[in-house]
Amino acid sequence: MLEWIAGLASWELLALEPPGWGGVLLKGLAVSLQVAVGGYLVGFVIGVGGATGKLYGGPILRDILDVYTTLVRAVPELVLILLLYYAGTDALNKFMMLIGAGPMDISGLVAGIFVIGVVQGAYQTEVLRGAFKAVPHGQIEAARAYGMSSPQVLRRITLPGMLPHAVPGLSNLWLIATKDTALLAVVGVAELTLVTRQAGGTTKSYFLFFCAAGLLYLMVTLISNVVIRRIERHARRGMPAVR
Amino acid sequence: MGPELRSWKEPHRLVLIGIGIGIILLAAVTMRWDWLPRYSWRLVEGVGTTLWLLFLTSVMGFMLAVPLGIAQAAGPWWLAGPARAFCTVIRGTPLLLQLWLLYYGLGSLFAQYPEIRDSWAWPYLRSAWPYGVLALTLSFAGYEGEVMRGAFAGVPKGELEAGRAYGMSPWTSFRRIWLPRAIHRALPTLAGETVLQLKATPLVATITVVDVYAIISRVRQDTYLTYEPLLLLALIYMMLTGVLVMAFRWLEAKVPVKGG
Repeated sequence: MLEWIAGLASWELLALEPPGWGGVLLKGLAVSLQVAVGGYLVGFVIGVGGATGKLYGGPILRDILDVYTTLVRAVPELVLILLLYYAGTDALNKFMMLIGAGPMDISGLVAGIFVIGVVQGAYQTEVLRGAFKAVPHGQIEAARAYGMSSPQVLRRITLPGMLPHAVPGLSNLWLIATKDTALLAVVGVAELTLVTRQAGGTTKSYFLFFCAAGLLYLMVTLISNVVIRRIERHARRGMPAVR
Repeated sequence: MGPELRSWKEPHRLVLIGIGIGIILLAAVTMRWDWLPRYSWRLVEGVGTTLWLLFLTSVMGFMLAVPLGIAQAAGPWWLAGPARAFCTVIRGTPLLLQLWLLYYGLGSLFAQYPEIRDSWAWPYLRSAWPYGVLALTLSFAGYEGEVMRGAFAGVPKGELEAGRAYGMSPWTSFRRIWLPRAIHRALPTLAGETVLQLKATPLVATITVVDVYAIISRVRQDTYLTYEPLLLLALIYMMLTGVLVMAFRWLEAKVPVKGG
């Protein structure tokens, strides 16, 4: 027991400067956050396009989007990440060969953003589609009757109307995105979980480092929750409170 | 959920289905599948392990989620606080990190003590699957505990008061009214949570538990193929998800879920 406490208390391992691993962990956290933010934004672009396509697209586009969202949501993220990671880098290299350039070294960061983005896109498509549909049709017709153009309807009626319905789902997906970045450890992206394991493996203080990394992830979640609550209050202003 | 069933006989659908079958045929002809017969039995065993893990951890996780939900919904502060903290920590950190914390962290701690190494439990503590089962169970309990909190809090007060008016003791009214009504309210979320749990199971392959994902990794190492095994794996998980979703739909049709 004493050994254990002594092992736990070797705090100098967490020092920021090189004998300690604190700096490495923080750098890993930065990579994780970059991938999460990037992937989330890519997912948002796909989501907006996908939701619009599902609601207003032709039958073929709608079916293809249905296949995309169903496939992505039915296969484990870990498997998707492996498939997309290899397929994505392969396809890009083949493309580079085709245009005559040499094989490109794709950074894990970019590949990670692409992979998380494709996965997030499927879920965000569904969330945004639901939010679009929650705006009462009468309001849009009323706006048309007032002579508003389509962009005006979008800006003044549809977007503010859908926001309170989209925020809970989108914020949930943001939290999932931050946690899904950990899966990139499996393909060797140096994000927080992987560098934590490396730190643990080198120093044999697995417990200390995994707890430290857990705290970092938890802080990201808790800070996100505070921000989300603010956004939600703003989006729902003038609406009855929910339990 | 999924494509709404308009009709698959619409002309554009027939073309899309044709293209889909074409892609599958092309994959079957141009890609290498000669490894499949050699590994087919092990793949079946892997699927069995995956399903067993899913079943075991979901059931145990749900049994843990019930007390976690009650503690948060109606417990005194010294029970509600830890229960809420547990759910927050589980839901706020990646499952992969929890899994590695248990396997590498706890595992290496246990190995330091000769008393543990000499005990009857050591053969189990040395293997990987107890850590996998524990991590998946705790994860399911954390997510479902939050759902159960809402379910317990959402049972109308009037029903509990009616039970008391009938002269039921607190335990009887819990057993007859509160618990069944709360589980009833939580049922619709169970299908989604179980699919999420299925998709979480391959993570245990990273700590050397041999599920279907691990078998496919083995195939990839042996044959140096990248895509074929992974595509087959995606197909297997898609079928498992489909079966799960259909099973829950059947179950929900049996239990009147609406009106909760």
